[in-house]
Amino acid sequence: MAERLSLPELPYDYGALEPAISGEIMLLHHQKHHKTYVTNFNNALQQLEDAVSKSDASAIVQLQSALKFNGGGHINHSIFWKNLAPVSQGGGEPPKGSLGNEIEKEFGSLEALVHKMNSEGAALQGSGWVWLALDKEFKRLLVETTFNQDPLVTKGSSLVPLLGIDVWEHAYYLQYKNAKADYLANIWKVMNWNYASEVYEKECP
Amino acid sequence: MAASAAAAIGSPLKCGLISSQGFSGSTRSFLWRKNEKRNVRKGCRGVVTAKIDLRPPPYSLDALEPHMSRETFEYHWGKHHRAYVDNLNKQIVGTELDTKTLEDIILLTYNKGDLLPPFNNAAQVWNHDFFWESMKPGGGGKPSGELLELINRDFGSFEGFVNEFKAAAATQFGSGWAWLVYKANRLNVGNAVNPLPSDEDKKLVVVKSPNAVNPLVWDYSPLLTIDVWEHAYYLDFQNRRPDYISTFMEKLVSWDAVNSRLEAAKARAAEREEEEERKKTEYEDNQADLDAREMYLESSDAADDSEAD
Repeated sequence: MAERLSLPELPYDYGALEPAISGEIMLLHHQKHHKTYVTNFNNALQQLEDAVSKSDASAIVQLQSALKFNGGGHINHSIFWKNLAPVSQGGGEPPKGSLGNEIEKEFGSLEALVHKMNSEGAALQGSGWVWLALDKEFKRLLVETTFNQDPLVTKGSSLVPLLGIDVWEHAYYLQYKNAKADYLANIWKVMNWNYASEVYEKECP
Repeated sequence: MAASAAAAIGSPLKCGLISSQGFSGSTRSFLWRKNEKRNVRKGCRGVVTAKIDLRPPPYSLDALEPHMSRETFEYHWGKHHRAYVDNLNKQIVGTELDTKTLEDIILLTYNKGDLLPPFNNAAQVWNHDFFWESMKPGGGGKPSGELLELINRDFGSFEGFVNEFKAAAATQFGSGWAWLVYKANRLNVGNAVNPLPSDEDKKLVVVKSPNAVNPLVWDYSPLLTIDVWEHAYYLDFQNRRPDYISTFMEKLVSWDAVNSRLEAAKARAAEREEEEERKKTEYEDNQADLDAREMYLESSDAADDSEAD
């Protein structure tokens, strides 16, 4: 039997990212939205195992969208919690070291990267994510978007997520309402570049 | 002002066009030019305005409390819907789209699925107009009369319909809409003609659509919709989309609106059938003429040949 997913713990208190992201949102986002992805994925996985053991091809195929959506939701949000950090734990501190250099090289400046990600995030219609990605094959950084809960790999199997910003409305609505651009501007104040650097340095030692 | 708005639109694009006379199926290429100031309409004092309006809901912003709050309306109608209208007008001013109806803009920019930039705004303007009108204070309950008969016929029972509609709304992953539509002998394949249209093809169907897409692009007649973008319910229900959907069904649906839309849809379908019948007869008459002509020419050729001998 495949291992069941479980909801990862948040590495900080629900209110620790204020005022950039409210405690109310963090609580709902983690305990309701993410938890639901986990629960629904596990249900779909159970049904998949049943279908596989019966060689029920039709059921196997039918379960794919639930697996993709809920599994993707779990994957994406697990990265997201690590992408963020309270200011007291380094949130918002710009990247140093090799990632910082690579950003300058690829985008000109950190500001340019932020501007690009915010533009893409603002322009995304509907629900999705905007990513800072590393193409580990070509060792290049790029900005990418995915719709709904599609993980970054759906845009390229060699893409590794360094940072992801959730631009589903549930990620900001209670606090920012329709002002998505304000949410995007503020989230950089709690961005955990340490995590991004760790991932980058592992792939590009 | 128009120039900068036009410049913001982007490079010229070609797209397939459904002839503005209707859905005759013929297409011609449509060049959507920036800077082409065709039919720019001037309001007072020479200010350029495109013509799509923000229509208010047919009730006050607090009329659906406590099921859908005033605060939700202030944002949903006052900010989101308004932004779709404003942004659409900016995109179409000074272009060929500026003179078209909203529905035509939607169909043109849907571009058979290869969406042009104004599509999202245009479709969302229409969707939200349709959504406000799908609700009323003191709504909910059950439909009656022919509508209920059709629901019973096509869904087995009213409860069967409700379950299917709720399921569609709950499983539209991401942003989108769930719909009850009247499908009048359309086949499921785009631009295919139903060779044997029958009354059985005229069905009520539940469909769901992502983001801004709506059933107009599938040539269905929408009767009812629920908005399942998170902004529609997050202030009142947070993550509890199923509760929102249930509240909508039990307390908000305007079956009066659904009824009148059904009547309109049936009338349109009847008109279209007549038109298609007329065209078919015309075509057959033409073919008969051509056949007669061919026969005449063949026989006169034969006569010439025999004379030559």
